[in-house]
Amino acid sequence: MNQARVAGYEVVARQDFSDVTFLLEVQHPQLARAARPGQFVIIMASEHGERIPLTIADYDCARGTVTLVIQAVGKTTREMQRDCRVGTRLVALVGPMGVPSHIGQARKVLCVGGGLGVAPVYPQARGYKESGAYVIGILGFRNRELMFWEDKFRATCDELIVCTDDGSAGIKGLVTEGIRLAITQHRDIDECVAIGPPVMMKGCAEATRSSGIRTIVSLNPVMVDGTGMCGGCRVKVGETVRFACVDGPDFDGHLVDFDDLMFRLQRYRATELAATERFNESCRMRNLTAQPVVAE
Amino acid sequence: MPGDARPKKKTIRMIPQARTPAHEQDPTERACNFDEVNLGYLVEDAQLEAERCLMCPEQPCVAGCPVGIAIPDFIQRITARDYRGAYDVITATNLLPAVCGRVCPQETQCEGSCTVGDTLEPVAIGRLERWVGDLAIRERWSNVPYIQPSGFKVGIVGSGPAGMACAADMAKAGCEVTVFEAFHEPGGVLKYGIPDFRLPNKVVDAEISKLEALGIRFECNTLVGRLFTIEQMVEEMGFHAVFVGTGAGYPSFMGIPGESLNGVLSANELLTRCNLMHAREFPDYDTPLQPGQRVVVIGAGNTAMDALRVSRRLGAESVRCLYRRSRAEAPARAEELHHAEEEGIEFHWLASPVELLDDGKRNVCAVRCIRMTLGEPDASGRRRPVPEAGSEFEIEADMVVYAIGTNANPIIGQTSKLKLDPRGYIATDASLATSIPGVFAGGDIVTGAATVIEAMGAGRRAARAMKAFLGLRDTDHLYGDAAAEPRSRMFGIDRAERGFARVRVPR
Repeated sequence: MNQARVAGYEVVARQDFSDVTFLLEVQHPQLARAARPGQFVIIMASEHGERIPLTIADYDCARGTVTLVIQAVGKTTREMQRDCRVGTRLVALVGPMGVPSHIGQARKVLCVGGGLGVAPVYPQARGYKESGAYVIGILGFRNRELMFWEDKFRATCDELIVCTDDGSAGIKGLVTEGIRLAITQHRDIDECVAIGPPVMMKGCAEATRSSGIRTIVSLNPVMVDGTGMCGGCRVKVGETVRFACVDGPDFDGHLVDFDDLMFRLQRYRATELAATERFNESCRMRNLTAQPVVAE
Repeated sequence: MPGDARPKKKTIRMIPQARTPAHEQDPTERACNFDEVNLGYLVEDAQLEAERCLMCPEQPCVAGCPVGIAIPDFIQRITARDYRGAYDVITATNLLPAVCGRVCPQETQCEGSCTVGDTLEPVAIGRLERWVGDLAIRERWSNVPYIQPSGFKVGIVGSGPAGMACAADMAKAGCEVTVFEAFHEPGGVLKYGIPDFRLPNKVVDAEISKLEALGIRFECNTLVGRLFTIEQMVEEMGFHAVFVGTGAGYPSFMGIPGESLNGVLSANELLTRCNLMHAREFPDYDTPLQPGQRVVVIGAGNTAMDALRVSRRLGAESVRCLYRRSRAEAPARAEELHHAEEEGIEFHWLASPVELLDDGKRNVCAVRCIRMTLGEPDASGRRRPVPEAGSEFEIEADMVVYAIGTNANPIIGQTSKLKLDPRGYIATDASLATSIPGVFAGGDIVTGAATVIEAMGAGRRAARAMKAFLGLRDTDHLYGDAAAEPRSRMFGIDRAERGFARVRVPR
């Protein structure tokens, strides 16, 4: 019908960090100009696809691109891993959504990223650095193979602590270990930004609670439209219920009810598992039919 | 006036006494599919029903229509078998007859004031309008008037009914109109909200393509406010006027315990997943939906009816409606309520939920309710429901859907300096002008949740004010009554245009 609907949004670069994690750079100059740290987009990979929210990992006004880092965990993301090559197009890309992160007057800041959360915490680290803050980056990965963007963070942060579960890089342990280390070395941290899986953000909020460091987390619950219309993304923050898409996605980590969030993330679990299973099956079928046919 | 050519005056005794029924899918059959329930009229039905209009001189139906369609005029053309003429009469004021014929609450509007209705059942104006609209789609009629480009650029935020109506009027006035939509498809609530069995999405698409024929451009995947602001549209992007019709959105919950349990969702979420995202065709479409077996819907408006009937079609064993007042106060359209009852929806009137119960695994398993009685009328004129002490009871449920209304969508308020009213809706004056010159607003984002036709009426009212703001001649006036009122013209110039001055000259 209109141009965008037919043409879609072109993937101009792709980088695979590991078996499951990959990066897409998508052309959308207007979006690249409008994006701010902490915001997210909603994409649809195909005509029959679902709308999935992805936090903006980076944006480049000069090149007119936005960067998305994706973990292939469910049907849609695995299909994207298979199909989204340079030159292909996303059917829908809308954003930037959510309230941009408030990069305030903090002088010393922790920017904590866990797993896939390492990507979206990057614009925040850069934002704080540009505002003149002393930035301590803390990145957590399961192991060395899954690591990405260490160089990007080294170039931006004043200090960088890498944590791996197995100790294959940096210090051994979770990001909370890194936070404890940073807090003992620096008594004057004003703020902490933590992005990653809910259980990791919960840990970070606990790690900073006793020292009273303001801790901002970025929530990524189930949502459909991303414009405040469906209410699927409602989260408990203190005594109130907020919609992550328009009231967030950033909230005070010390007030967020993470257990509620984790349960609510399981809402469509059964259907999602069925879809992934069916996708795996179709991949096997595809591989089978790809074999040369011997005889009729 | 065609009045002179009228045959002798009809009386109530001369007309067919019974209202012509519309063809409908059988209730048991339709409760298992998403095909349209009301199959509308055949040509002979339309002819018969058109006979029932008395052509009364008072024309109360026209006053009852929020956009003032010349109803007796189009009905008379049906009688005269001038169907194209009937379509032209309707589209002079309403561009979406196939939509409005289906979703307007006619019983409180045109049909509610019909003279025949004083004695018999009123003329089925809505069904006639729909019949004409559907015929136009089949015959590919569209009325594209000669449009003189005015050189003005108009931006419309939101592609729902308010935005569409405003866009159409501005395009006819020669403006270059762009409609921005956040979703990946245009249509707003007509697409994501109203289910196919009531308003098929292909009917909406057909109507949208008529707007495109007027030169209107639809830009989807565009979240105005965040991708660019209203201020940027006016100051940087060259829009001479902007209309905001973003709808109410933001669904309400009650704040009772258990609302964050899994299986509890808003009607908007259920409907969007099912309608726009095709979750009912999972796994052919990727969007998941865990349909409930024992569904409870809270509320009794049109959205609640849609949620109930969607749940029934998704295969729920039991579908129940909870409403704190009685059937008489239910805000849904009479036809929707009637259809829901036919499809086996259980209604629990005068009951209100007080708590949603957990099955121990964070899934909802039951609704604890309390009985209500009706007390004195409240500010809305409806009798206020009062809880009856000690009357609590439980209803089993694995899915609870909230359809109790919506609040203002916060995005435009967050991102622009537009003045809001205390409830968060956009504040406007009587002409729908906002606090920013050149920016107008209408529909649910101004009034709070209302109907499709009211939103369209607001879109058209805003268009009128926008034309005045831009210094454009009022095309309604110019083309509408030229032949009818020759005496209102001097030297071929409409008296209403006396002293008319173009105040802005486009580049």
